[in-house]
Amino acid sequence: MFLETRQLTKQFGGLVAVDHVNFSVEKGKINAIIGPNGAGKSTFFNLISGFYPPSSGQVMFKGQDITRLPPNKIAKLGIARTFQTTHLFEQANVLDNVLIGFRLRTKSNLIDALFLTKRLKREEEQSKEKAFEVLKFVGLTNMENKIVANISQEEKKRVAIALALATEPEIIFLDEPAAGINPEETEGLANLIEKIVQHNITVCLIEHKMKMVMNLAHKIMVLNHGKKIAEGTPEEIQNNETVIKAYLGGSAIA
Amino acid sequence: MTARFKQKAVVLSIVLLALLLPFIIQNDYFFHIMTLSFIWMIGVYGLNLIAGYTGYLSLAHAGFFAIGAYSLGILTVKFEIHYWLAFFLACAITCIIGLVIGLVALQTKEHFFAIYTLCVGYIIYLVIDKWESLTGGVRGLIGIPVPPDLGPISFRSPVSQYYFNLFFLLAAIFMMYRIVHSLTGRTLIAIRNSEELAQTIGISTMKNKLVSFVLSTFFAALSGILYASFIRFIGPDISYITMTFDFLIFLLVGGIGTLSGPIVGTLLIVWISQQLQFLQDYRMLIFGPLLTLLIIFYPKGIVGGIFSWKMKMQEKKKRLSMSAKSATQRAEEG
Repeated sequence: MFLETRQLTKQFGGLVAVDHVNFSVEKGKINAIIGPNGAGKSTFFNLISGFYPPSSGQVMFKGQDITRLPPNKIAKLGIARTFQTTHLFEQANVLDNVLIGFRLRTKSNLIDALFLTKRLKREEEQSKEKAFEVLKFVGLTNMENKIVANISQEEKKRVAIALALATEPEIIFLDEPAAGINPEETEGLANLIEKIVQHNITVCLIEHKMKMVMNLAHKIMVLNHGKKIAEGTPEEIQNNETVIKAYLGGSAIA
Repeated sequence: MTARFKQKAVVLSIVLLALLLPFIIQNDYFFHIMTLSFIWMIGVYGLNLIAGYTGYLSLAHAGFFAIGAYSLGILTVKFEIHYWLAFFLACAITCIIGLVIGLVALQTKEHFFAIYTLCVGYIIYLVIDKWESLTGGVRGLIGIPVPPDLGPISFRSPVSQYYFNLFFLLAAIFMMYRIVHSLTGRTLIAIRNSEELAQTIGISTMKNKLVSFVLSTFFAALSGILYASFIRFIGPDISYITMTFDFLIFLLVGGIGTLSGPIVGTLLIVWISQQLQFLQDYRMLIFGPLLTLLIIFYPKGIVGGIFSWKMKMQEKKKRLSMSAKSATQRAEEG
C-alpha cells in the first residue's frame, strides 16, 4: 500500500468530522475526494498532513505509521500539500516564495549563515535551481521577479503548487486547486495536474468542480457527514444511488 | 548588478562617515549621544530579528538587556572577574535564560506571545528591583569597569568609546546581514509569513523560532553589556517596560523587518528627543501623535515607506517605457 488511512476518525467535541474512514491512495494516479460542504474533506487532509492528531485510527505511508508525526516530518517523508487559500507571502516575489520549498532538503544552519560556508552557497544554488525548475514545470517561466500581490489568482495557485513541488514530494494533496478561477483557467490547471501525475507524483485532490473531477480523476471517494459513502471510478460514482441521493442531485454532473 | 553596486557604495560611504566622524566633529556630548545610539541599535537589531523577521513580538526585550547588563555588573563589581571573561559569561547567561523562557513562551502565538513576554519582562524587573543582596535593588550597581586597555588603546576617552561601540554595532549589523540573506533568514521569514505553510513545506517551526529568540536575547545582552560598561552605573529602570517600548519605537519608526530600519529609527528618535529636551515631558505630546500618524501611513516605518515608494516609481517607469515602446511600434507600423 502506498498511502492509506485505517479507521481514521476525528472528533471535535460532539461532532464527528471524519468517521472511521478507510481509504487507500493509488500510486501514480489522480485520486479525488468529493462531498458536500462540511463533509470533512479538509479535516481529512489535515489529519493526513499532521495538522490535527486523529481521535483514533491510523495513517500509513509506504508501510510506515505516520499518524502522530508533526507536519514538517511528514513533509520530509515526501508528502506535500496546498491550502484552499494560498498563504503565499504577498509582498515578496515569486522566486522568493518558491525558493524556501527546497529548504527541507538542505542542512545549512545559523553557523553556515554567519560564516557564509561553501555548504550554504551550494545549497542556496540548489534551492534556486529547484525553484526555477518547478516554476518552469508549472508554466511560470519569466515570472520569478513578479511580486505575488500583483499576479492573478490562477498564477498564485500555480505558485502554491510550485512551492509544494519544490519539496520533492512523492504525493501531493491539493485542497480545491480550482476554487475561485474561471473555466478556461480551470482547464489549464487540470492539464497541470495531469502533468504532475505523468512525472510520477501521485495526486490526491479535493474539488467542488464536478466536471473537472469526473474528467480528471482515476479514483474518487465520496464523503458525507464524515463518512465514506462511496468509492470507485468516475462512472461508478456517477451511477451510485447513495451518492446521487446524498449529494449530486442528478443534474449537477451534466 | 548596478543596483547592487550602488547599494554597496552607499553602505561603504556611511561606514566611512561613521569612522571619520571624530575627525570632523570634536564634541564630547555629541560622542556620548552617538555612542549611546550605537548601543541601542544593537538591542533594536535583536528585537528586529524576533519581531520583524520571525513575526513574534517579544516584549521582554528590556529584561534581557538588563540581564546582560546586570550579569556583567555583578560579575565584575561583586566577583571581580576579568572584564572579557565576564563579558562572555554575561552573554552566555542571558542566552541560557533566553532559551528556557523561549521554550515556554514560544508555545504561544501572536498577541498571547506578546502578553506572555510582557509579563516575563515585568517579572525580570521585579527580580532585579527586589533582590537587593545581588543587584543592589533600587540603588543599582556603581563602578562597573570600562573594558581593559588593549595594548596601547585605552577605552576611557569618549572617542575611543565611540569606536569601541561602533565596532560591535558593525559586527552586529554584519551578523544580521548574513542571517537575513541566508537560508536561515528565509526560513524565519517563511515562519513570519505563515507558520502553517512553513510546516507543510517541512520547516521545524519550533526549532527555528527558538534559534531566532535566543539570538535576539544575545543581541539584547550585548547591548546591555556595552551599556553597563559605557554608563558604568545601572539601576532596575533599565529592565522596565518603558525600555522595551523605547526599543520598539526605534524599530517601528525606522522600519520593522528591514535591515537599515534600526539605524534610521534610533538616530532619528534619539536626536529629536535631544533637540526637544527643553520641552521636558511635554515632548510626548509631539511624539505621540507623530508616531500614531507614522504607524497608520507607514506601517513599515520610514525605510519601509521609502522602499514601497521606490517600487512604485519603478513600476511607473516600466509602464511609461512600455507605453512608449508600443507607441513607437504603432508609429512604425503606421
